Amino acid sequence: MPENQNFNPEDGLQMSKVRAGKVSKYKIDHYVAPLEETPLQAVDSVKETGKPLSMWAEAWRSLRKQPLFIISAIMILAVIVVAAFPQLFTSIDPNGQNACQLEYSNEPGRPGHIMGFNLQGCDVYARVIYGTRASLLVGVFTTLIVVILGGALGALAGFYGGWIDAILARLGDIFFALPLILGAIIVMQLPAFRENRSVWTVIVTLAIFGWPQLARITRGAVIEARDADYVKASRALGLSKFKSLVKHVLPNSLAPIIVVATVNLGVYIVAEATLSFLGVGLPGEVMSWGNDISLAQQQLRSNPMMLMWPALFLSVTVLSFIMLGDAVRDALDPKARKGA
Amino acid sequence: MLSFMLKRIAQLIPVFIGATLLVYFLVFATPGNPIEALSGGKPMSDATRAALEAQYNLDKPFWVQYGLYLKNLLTFDLGTSFSGQEVSAMLGRAFPVTARLAILALLIEGIFGIIFGVIAGMRKGKWFDSTILIASLIVIAVPTFVLGFVLQFVVGVKLDLVKPTVSGSATWGELFLPALVLGLVSLAYVVRLTRTSVIENKSADFVRTATAKGLSRRRVITVHILRNSLIPVVTFLGADLGGLMGGAIVTEGIFNVPGVGHLLYQAIQKGETPTVVAVVGVLVIVFVVANLVVDMLYALLDPRIRYA
Amino acid sequence: MTETATPKPLLEIKDLAITFSTPDGPVHAVRDANFTVMPGETVAIVGESGSGKSTSALAAIGLLAGNGSVSGGQILFDGEDISHASEKRFVELRGNHIGMVPQDPMSNLNPVWKIGFQVKETLKANGLAGDNPKQRVSQILADAGLPNPEARANQYPHEFSGGMRQRALIAIGLACRPRLLIADEPTSALDVTVQQQILDHLDTMTSELGTAVLLITHDLGLAAERAEKVVVMYKGRVVEYGPALDILRNPQHPYTKRLISSAPSLSAQRGDKHEAIVDEIVPGKAEPLLKISNLTKVFDIRKGFGRKEKFTAVDNASFEIPKGTTTAVVGESGSGKSTIAQMVLNLLDKTSGEITFDGEQIGNLNEKKLFKYRRRVQPIFQDPYGSLDPMYSIYRTIEEPLRIHGIGNSASRQKKVAELLDQVSMPASTMHRFPNELSGGQRQRIAIARALALQPEMIVCDEAVSALDVLVQAQVLELLDELQREMGLTYLFITHDLAVVRQIADNVCVMERGKIVEQGTADQIFAAPKSQYTRNLLGAIPGASLI
Repeated sequence: MPENQNFNPEDGLQMSKVRAGKVSKYKIDHYVAPLEETPLQAVDSVKETGKPLSMWAEAWRSLRKQPLFIISAIMILAVIVVAAFPQLFTSIDPNGQNACQLEYSNEPGRPGHIMGFNLQGCDVYARVIYGTRASLLVGVFTTLIVVILGGALGALAGFYGGWIDAILARLGDIFFALPLILGAIIVMQLPAFRENRSVWTVIVTLAIFGWPQLARITRGAVIEARDADYVKASRALGLSKFKSLVKHVLPNSLAPIIVVATVNLGVYIVAEATLSFLGVGLPGEVMSWGNDISLAQQQLRSNPMMLMWPALFLSVTVLSFIMLGDAVRDALDPKARKGA
Repeated sequence: MLSFMLKRIAQLIPVFIGATLLVYFLVFATPGNPIEALSGGKPMSDATRAALEAQYNLDKPFWVQYGLYLKNLLTFDLGTSFSGQEVSAMLGRAFPVTARLAILALLIEGIFGIIFGVIAGMRKGKWFDSTILIASLIVIAVPTFVLGFVLQFVVGVKLDLVKPTVSGSATWGELFLPALVLGLVSLAYVVRLTRTSVIENKSADFVRTATAKGLSRRRVITVHILRNSLIPVVTFLGADLGGLMGGAIVTEGIFNVPGVGHLLYQAIQKGETPTVVAVVGVLVIVFVVANLVVDMLYALLDPRIRYA
Repeated sequence: MTETATPKPLLEIKDLAITFSTPDGPVHAVRDANFTVMPGETVAIVGESGSGKSTSALAAIGLLAGNGSVSGGQILFDGEDISHASEKRFVELRGNHIGMVPQDPMSNLNPVWKIGFQVKETLKANGLAGDNPKQRVSQILADAGLPNPEARANQYPHEFSGGMRQRALIAIGLACRPRLLIADEPTSALDVTVQQQILDHLDTMTSELGTAVLLITHDLGLAAERAEKVVVMYKGRVVEYGPALDILRNPQHPYTKRLISSAPSLSAQRGDKHEAIVDEIVPGKAEPLLKISNLTKVFDIRKGFGRKEKFTAVDNASFEIPKGTTTAVVGESGSGKSTIAQMVLNLLDKTSGEITFDGEQIGNLNEKKLFKYRRRVQPIFQDPYGSLDPMYSIYRTIEEPLRIHGIGNSASRQKKVAELLDQVSMPASTMHRFPNELSGGQRQRIAIARALALQPEMIVCDEAVSALDVLVQAQVLELLDELQREMGLTYLFITHDLAVVRQIADNVCVMERGKIVEQGTADQIFAAPKSQYTRNLLGAIPGASLI
């Protein structure tokens, strides 16, 4: 019987027995493979072929092959072109003098007016094309503000910790207790906003309630990168704390921020449409998908297609951004890349 | 566990105070005449003006005003609407309807979300998984109100399967379609979350060890993969209960459900700010409580949190 | 026990080939592998990462990753070919015929179930729970060396230390008394002394139960000490197998020879080549470059509700490092050795005591002086995957310190980077690559090049070679040694591995729970350790007593 039958690990280590190795009771051959079979290679030889690839280049290479990415990128490009140059896509200027003629009210599509007319006799296709700009503006600028504001606050909170972090965490909790739409409704009701309704008030409102989410995500990413050895190493090289945040921590925290920002761009477009639909978003005279859907719902039963067209454009645009975010997430996912 | 609960409650108090303060501040302390804001810009009599001033204690310093607002909120003294109805009475009627709607939506997203998510996760990369992924993206991309109108129009009007709008009594059966619309976006999120979580746990070391112990595949899936994967999902569902109460504003408007969202929608349309502020205040309480419940659930499900 | 004339092997691997299908085409992880495990015998498979050692063993229990499959040969368990057995058959075999003890104790227990539950379900699945499963579970945990098993069964994995978790995993692996136990690096994540206890215990249990063990390890010393038979794998092939002691003392294949000469636990003391420089420094005459006296670090640990607890990570530590020599600080996890490194690097403030570098106290340096100090003392960290910024090319990584300190212009910096790469034996073309394209050892070389860029006088190596395979580890240690001789560098070498210390250090400090329990020259420490703790550490080095 071995002597450590009553071995108690809590006692710490006993004087170790001399371990002399074991000898089998069976006969064991000593086999040596011929050297030709596995020629010895240099220890840890350096690969010198192939093009050098940064992480971004690698992500780009895998992204390029993804159909999801190609489709969404093309669609987003198309949307941007439509928003920038709507006149390229329709000869009718819906803001023009004779854009809407009541005599055409609710008439179905016909050549030159493929989507028909709305209640006021305006060409639906032209309105949808011209409505792209407002939606895209709201999406892009809300995202920009949210990324800059939320990103900066989240990065500071995550990197410095302490009281900055505590205050921001509580502040974030407070804003989280008020969901986007609900909070936006209240803000849009304020006299300052109600009387100056425009694309910009919607952007500011959405940004007010959108930043905490991005701050939270940035904070998480920064905390993860903050304790990495390369950050410690850069400090030991003499880099100041703030510079190590800017030069090492932030670039390494970008991936989740980019993904969330892309997806959120779509979400903000939906939020704008929802606010417009509820009557507290863009002012009625601004041409937007949300406003058109809101108008169309009043006569949904008689003319359902009028709702379908702006809704379709809206959904496809939002889908493109969400799909892009998804594709980028896959490409930047460190877990997926680790094996390489 | 008890100390964990107390700690979480202690943390939620400042959140509650902060959120109500935020709402109150936004409405009463921003530039412009608060009475003007309260009236929604409509002309009003001196009597109304005086009544409003008294109700919101606008003659008193800001902190006193806020303190009284908080007291009123907590004692459910929510004032009256322009039409002279007690806001608390209106809320009392509307709240159960919305609660029913939200619970139904939660059930739909929980049950279908988890089932679809688990199947997709277990069959990662197969056709079912791809279909579910694309479908979830589409659901997230299409605004809820569009989905609502389409479903109302197709199922309610064209196919005439259910009544397109809900009656005053708002029975469970009538609420099914609105609940589906309300829960659909969250359903998509639940599916994606469950799927990711299942995929992650499927390749976890402890799952391999469980297999190596000689457990049947069925037991490995239910006891080790599913149990662990559900932790983030249940947490999401809990947090979403609050979100659903807020999302109800759109759904209830479309289906004419006499709930809290409808009340809020009408109040906004009529510019009845006092009602809006009161209802939002109550909703904030609901969110805060929902958050607390989630924390408790989380601690219950994950022993690591409980002892942290 | 009586022996039959021709005993039947319990496990027989015949011409085994295992292939993984990847997006870049099939990868042949194992090719033409042959070896046998006799009943009750312990067989060790030794090899570096990627040699196919774990893959071969996992195939025997049907746990290959989803994209891997047996593409040739046979796996005979008790005469039955299980290389393509059904999932159903494997469920029958696993647990009560073939058990497993996995590698990482932290991730192999399900965090949401109690330990007792995880043992019990093993028994139930194999129909061995009996009438009183609770008592059976306690017995099994007690057998695995867990004291107070009833209470332990009621706890969750996160309440266990690493060593206790590994005991629980051993309990699970042996719960159903399997005939074969696959132990996949069962102790590589643990401190040496804990490793020794656990392996001793595993030995005892398996010899009592008559269980055959297939031990997978990267440590040839450990293999030779614990197994009757050693199988050496290299690049997916078995290059040599035979009786353990025979392999160790009389290796035939060049790869095995290389492994033995590189293994820190087996290699001789520091070579004569190094002694020369040490001799030049006459003790007492040379001014110490770094002097640490009464250094203490106390951390506040938050306990919720504003309660704080004090934890003394470093307790009154004092030692000196003479210029041009290497001092190793050795200790197990939690001994405070890395905390000392961080304070020397001025990345962490000390609580009390003094750190003097070249006659000047650090810790209260002003910004300008600290900046100058940074130039003279450089770190190399443990994790080769974490110590280089993945966003920076190798060129930018090595150039960064030059840029921060405003040295040279871009042309001269480019030249300097090429020089530095050459010094660490990396081709100059590497400078356009990114860390993710390099192996662990290569990244560690880059980290060394970066540390050398400012021509520092001292380098703090915080577990700098711990994460590397033995051969690569030996290579990096040799590089550090060479650089020391060329440039007269001084090293503060933090490690948990006494075996490595013997290869590199002139002086050694042994730390236990924040205190330095013993210090002296490497020869003194290894030849005549004074403290019981040092003796325990030395005794725990696997294989040391075999050569």
